[in-house]
Amino acid sequence: MGKESEKHLLSPGVYYLQGSQACTEGAITAGCRVYAGYPITPASEVMEHAALRLPQVGGRFIQMEDEISSASVLLGASWAGAKAMTATSSPGFSLMQEVISFAIMTETPLVIVDVQRPGPGQGYITTSQEDVMQARWGHHGEGSIIALSPASVQEMYDFTIEAFNLAETWRSPVLVMAEETVAHMREPLTIPPQNQIEILTRKKPQDLGIPPHSFLPYGHDIVPPMANWGEGYNVNHVSLVHHEDGNVTKYDRKTHFDSVLRIKQKIEGNVDHISRIETRFMKDCRHVVICYGSVSRTAVEAVMEARRECGIDVGFLRLVTLWPFPETKLREVVDNVDTVFVPEINLGMMKHPITEALRDRCKRIVSIPTLGCLHSPEMILSKIYEVAK
Amino acid sequence: MGGDRRYEIRIAGFGGQGVITVGKILGTAFSVFEGKNSVNTQSYGPESRGGACKSEVVVSDGQINYPYVRKADVLVALSCLAFETYIPDLKKDGILLVDSRSITDIPEQDQYRVYRVPTAEIASETGGVKYQNIVALGALYYLIRDHLEESSLREAIKENLPPETRDVNMAAFTKGIQYVKDHYQALGTREKSHGQGI
Repeated sequence: MGKESEKHLLSPGVYYLQGSQACTEGAITAGCRVYAGYPITPASEVMEHAALRLPQVGGRFIQMEDEISSASVLLGASWAGAKAMTATSSPGFSLMQEVISFAIMTETPLVIVDVQRPGPGQGYITTSQEDVMQARWGHHGEGSIIALSPASVQEMYDFTIEAFNLAETWRSPVLVMAEETVAHMREPLTIPPQNQIEILTRKKPQDLGIPPHSFLPYGHDIVPPMANWGEGYNVNHVSLVHHEDGNVTKYDRKTHFDSVLRIKQKIEGNVDHISRIETRFMKDCRHVVICYGSVSRTAVEAVMEARRECGIDVGFLRLVTLWPFPETKLREVVDNVDTVFVPEINLGMMKHPITEALRDRCKRIVSIPTLGCLHSPEMILSKIYEVAK
Repeated sequence: MGGDRRYEIRIAGFGGQGVITVGKILGTAFSVFEGKNSVNTQSYGPESRGGACKSEVVVSDGQINYPYVRKADVLVALSCLAFETYIPDLKKDGILLVDSRSITDIPEQDQYRVYRVPTAEIASETGGVKYQNIVALGALYYLIRDHLEESSLREAIKENLPPETRDVNMAAFTKGIQYVKDHYQALGTREKSHGQGI
């Protein structure tokens, strides 16, 4: 990054921004210099801010004709060595699944922000968590994904930086599964000094002392080093089943199995490094509320109120990372409880992996669904009172 | 405010009256210039372009979890529809600031501390009806002045509105303050004015 573009980074301090703007600022801080997108409510503010800011930092902004092409731009940009991002909302996220699958197979680092809105179809334009399963399972074929779930304006900034770091580290598409609630709210955003922010970039063959003639685009490590176009290395991005050297001929079953298993395992096998949870009041609790995203804000308020007003022994657990699903971490902290409450802005989606993880650790799992709006504390409290009193 | 107590302000009117801008300015004043925590949210959807539109600011010295108003300490209503929609969520003895030309009938007004300000009229005299929101903000400031400094709000106005409209916005803000000072003379500190619906 040249001095000229550094000059246009937000200086350290407190700002009052929308989550969408914080997200774009996080991307820029992380080194994103290509943004391609197609506007859609309620994600357009991310793009609007990118249109303003990317040129200021020496980056490129391009509005494409649709979401498929927007996401496709990220592939090319990433192969050329840039960090690239797009943002969309649920109907657009459906269209991007093809590229996500392509990026998984070609092991292309890129970041997609989904400011979720209700579906199916055009649904509505308010808040939602209805894409959390699509995030994991929407792309065709095997492979895994990394998806983060921010709950505040600060996290829209922090998690977007983290998303780029994860994308670069694991050579994977990374999803920021935001919601209209966090994208549109304004809160203080603290920008720390640049030297206190960890920025990671992809490992290149040059860094490992691998000369061009012995470079294998899909070899050397569980996360292969990635060569940029134009640096003298054989760059071979193929989404067909391929050998370590990128060759797609001479198909054999073992190569197929091993290569796709590696792509899946580099994520799933490192779940403990990648995925995080947050907990409060978990020691010896009888019940627990498990949530993610903006619902965590309501849930922690409800949990504190239930404890304070009615002495109900209820704990709080938040999935910071949705995928890869942090099953082991859940099992470490939820041992033997009566009830697991799962409030979500959908009809009960993450309830399924939670059930799979904790079915032998609790007596019952109670979904608290809503659509199109954030739960009020009362919605969660009334369910807790109904079951726990 | 003090401690982790939430102080909840809701500003409501028709889409286009500038209530969202008022929320943004208030949030900026509280968080950037007063160092408090605040969350500003707004109604989103068709209602933000014509129907009953609202902007909310929740303020606290501590962490703010639930980002929306639960029971408002203050309601600023600039239209009749907004008043009718949001009055049920105003606390007993809460501050109710209304545009006096739009809202003439206030049922159970002894439940609240009511302040009637002809915000649109004052704005028209000041530079145009589009400054109605900033007149209302001036009036609001005077009623909640124990919670923030006037200079913080003036700085936040500068930060959030176009420089070419600064002078007239500052004038509108001053007139809002002056109107409340002139017409609710008895107002001293919060404690003295408590429960007073004039």
